[in-house]
Amino acid sequence: MPSLENIANNIHQWLNNNFGAPWPMLIEFAIVGLCIIGLFAMLGLVLIMMERKVSAWMQLRLGPNRVGPVGMFQTAADTLKLIVKEGMTPAGADKFLFNLAPFIVMIIAMVIMAPLMFAKGLQMWDVNIGVLFFTAISSVSVIGILMAGWASNNKYSLLGAMRSGAQIVSYELSAGFAILAIVILTGDLKISTIVNSQADGWWIFKGHLPIWIAFVIFMIAVTAETNRAPFDLAEAESELTAGFHTEYSGMKFALFFLAEYVNIFVVCALGATLFLGGWQPLHFGTDTQFNQWMDYIPSSLWFMGKTFFLIFVIMWFRWTFPRLRIDQLLNLEWKYLLPISMINLLLVTLMAIMGWHF
Amino acid sequence: MNKEVLKIKLTELFPTATFDESGEWLNITIAPADFLSAAEILRNKIELGFDYLFCVTCVDWKTHLTMVYHLESTLYRHHLVVKVQLDRTKPELETVSHIWRTAEFNEREAYEMFGVNFLNHPDLRLLILPDGWEGRNPMRKDFEDPVNMIKL
Amino acid sequence: MYRETEILKQPGAGEPDVFGDMIINIGPQHPSTHGVLHLVITLNGETIKKVEPHLGYIHRSIEKMCESLSFRQFIYVTSKMDYLSSHINNHGCCLCVEKGMQIEVPARAQVIRVLMDELTRLASHQLWWGAGAMDIGALTPFFHAFREREMINDIMEETCGTRLTMNYMVPGGVMVDVHPNFQGRVHEFIKHFKTKIDEYDELLTGNVIFQNRVKGVGYLSKEDAISYGCTGPTARGSGVSCDIRKLYPYEVYSKLQFDEVTETGGDCLARYLVRMKEMRQSLSIVEQLIDNIPEGDVQAKTKAVLKLPKGEYFSRVETARGEFGVYIVSEGGTTPYRIKFRSPGYSNLSALDHMARGGKIGDLVAIMAMIDLVIPDIDR
Repeated sequence: MPSLENIANNIHQWLNNNFGAPWPMLIEFAIVGLCIIGLFAMLGLVLIMMERKVSAWMQLRLGPNRVGPVGMFQTAADTLKLIVKEGMTPAGADKFLFNLAPFIVMIIAMVIMAPLMFAKGLQMWDVNIGVLFFTAISSVSVIGILMAGWASNNKYSLLGAMRSGAQIVSYELSAGFAILAIVILTGDLKISTIVNSQADGWWIFKGHLPIWIAFVIFMIAVTAETNRAPFDLAEAESELTAGFHTEYSGMKFALFFLAEYVNIFVVCALGATLFLGGWQPLHFGTDTQFNQWMDYIPSSLWFMGKTFFLIFVIMWFRWTFPRLRIDQLLNLEWKYLLPISMINLLLVTLMAIMGWHF
Repeated sequence: MNKEVLKIKLTELFPTATFDESGEWLNITIAPADFLSAAEILRNKIELGFDYLFCVTCVDWKTHLTMVYHLESTLYRHHLVVKVQLDRTKPELETVSHIWRTAEFNEREAYEMFGVNFLNHPDLRLLILPDGWEGRNPMRKDFEDPVNMIKL
Repeated sequence: MYRETEILKQPGAGEPDVFGDMIINIGPQHPSTHGVLHLVITLNGETIKKVEPHLGYIHRSIEKMCESLSFRQFIYVTSKMDYLSSHINNHGCCLCVEKGMQIEVPARAQVIRVLMDELTRLASHQLWWGAGAMDIGALTPFFHAFREREMINDIMEETCGTRLTMNYMVPGGVMVDVHPNFQGRVHEFIKHFKTKIDEYDELLTGNVIFQNRVKGVGYLSKEDAISYGCTGPTARGSGVSCDIRKLYPYEVYSKLQFDEVTETGGDCLARYLVRMKEMRQSLSIVEQLIDNIPEGDVQAKTKAVLKLPKGEYFSRVETARGEFGVYIVSEGGTTPYRIKFRSPGYSNLSALDHMARGGKIGDLVAIMAMIDLVIPDIDR
């Protein structure tokens, strides 16, 4: 079976064999940049389409079905509309920060993709601090949102930004503790090591109840961190019209919108990597017929399948639950999730020391 | 209490008031000066207990204005219509918004629509009419607006 | 237009705190005001210190308009007030004219009127359920509610010709007889809605987040509810018995088996539960009547030109939002001398400031949703 798994290594070797010192690196930069931008655009189109279809399915509607076959090109048409729209800057706004904010949010969403392992051997940067890189960079995105809210010179935006700031900073703790649980079991921060440690079974199966708890907390925390319903207080369209991006229009709004979806993809990919084995196929026991069958499915499909399943779960949240109030949101984090995840971390540590996991 | 009993009771309390029994409910006309004290008695006296003010309005009779208060007791389920006749050129009446809080908004409406000035009202400002509206009161009979009013 | 310092000096706003307080205009165009309601709210952080409504964006002065319309015509202007219970508004006006003219409404017309009223109430509550859930952040219930509302609208369209402002009632009865399909369609609706109303409860009522958003929010005591003149589910949620259908029955309501729903919580959850239970009561009323429509005329014989005798007339009906009153002063002519509509929304809105103080912005939205404001009803 032809495999795409070593495609990155093959290209790297070929470039090194044919070009002099700085060129392979520069060419690789260009290729990676193009791939990321392409992936970014594709993700935007696919995820927005998916959201609209999932919501339509839950709300007894058809969803977009006019542009192209079953409405496939609806998002492309919407993007075109947003591109040709005038990008307004309010008169009272801080123009520099106002125009900078969407780019910061988007750049962070791009940078955060770097250590993701999309398939076996397909990774941009296997940095040795892997998961720490995620937590560090994702907390920078709050700066972009605060910047947008402050610079808009709009009270709704400011309230939305303040809510978002409080929310992201709080929920990072729980997300961090949930990630730490896996780091303790693996003993390494590197993404490739974490994925390889799950070759004989995913952590969610090997790690007993504490990892289940960590997984649930992780899902709740990242939903809050990406400002998705039921934690979409930063936008809260029925309270703050659109929260921090009330004043944005045209492509600048589209960048916020896109960054939101890419962030969802990234956190779900991380969840799939940490808990569901990344690109590792589903294996039971050792060396059975079942395992061999599973190995025939390409690793990129495994990774994308798990990621999109988690994305679907997050969309499911959004279209089912009402929104929390700001004080309830913070209570949930500081009074419930944080203590639970702390105790859970102790349990995981105990489990790792005693070697109770498989 | 039915209409007759209520009338006897109220005659004792308000000897100067006049009554009208022709309608569905008992009507009582009170002089503007006695109105506030009468309202307090109607609300607070246990056997009357008119705690629910369900309609407040004003009628422009071209010669004078009449404030009409429809009262009901949620305990005894008897009704009373209180009427106060006001001078048309300078209509003034004590507010009852501290007795029945619903009167606050309704009095604001009567203030802008009929020009009735409610004394001691906590917040007597325009509620429905646009800011800067002065003088003319739209619901009075002599109000004319050649642009927006359609005559049939 | 409203300078911040000016508002801070208003009575009741407490000590002006120029550095800590923030004034926010909610509306006139805002997703959760369901129309052009303009609220000026004073905030301290996220906590509400004061809510001040500014009305009049769609004030059409219907009362003044009615003064130049005949006693047959003015009824249909009232459809445009509370457009979600236009049947019931028309009904109130017809009752008032019939009271003045002493018209006896035929039995068939009475039953049809009540049926239409209850179907309107159901449609209105369904819309409230969907839109209220949307305000609280659950977007899906809206579409589920519209599925059932659509069925009622179809029934209305067949019989009355229109879907929203039906203008079906005339003094002395109803305009035309019901459509031959009417009974079958209503039976179909009853069968369908009986299963779906349980689905409503499963989808939203039991949800923990929803319960937390409405429980203990916007408390209104029984005394305050009466004092503010609140009616309908807003007051019944505080334990006030104020259902006009029970207290002062009109048409055939006295012969029907139904309960007045009251809750004692006084918060948004109580108001929510009252409306949910009221839907079941309305459904039961429709069920009782649909097979028992008596034969006969649908309109009493009336004169072509109605002249109400000199005097004052008041009629009260229960709309989906509360008590709707019509006060007609007649001078014996063909048009009313003065007409006043006591709209439920206006009084309910006046209690908003009292309920919302001390809450968060999210609470204000929940309170507005559970009062079920319809702005044309408030602005008239």
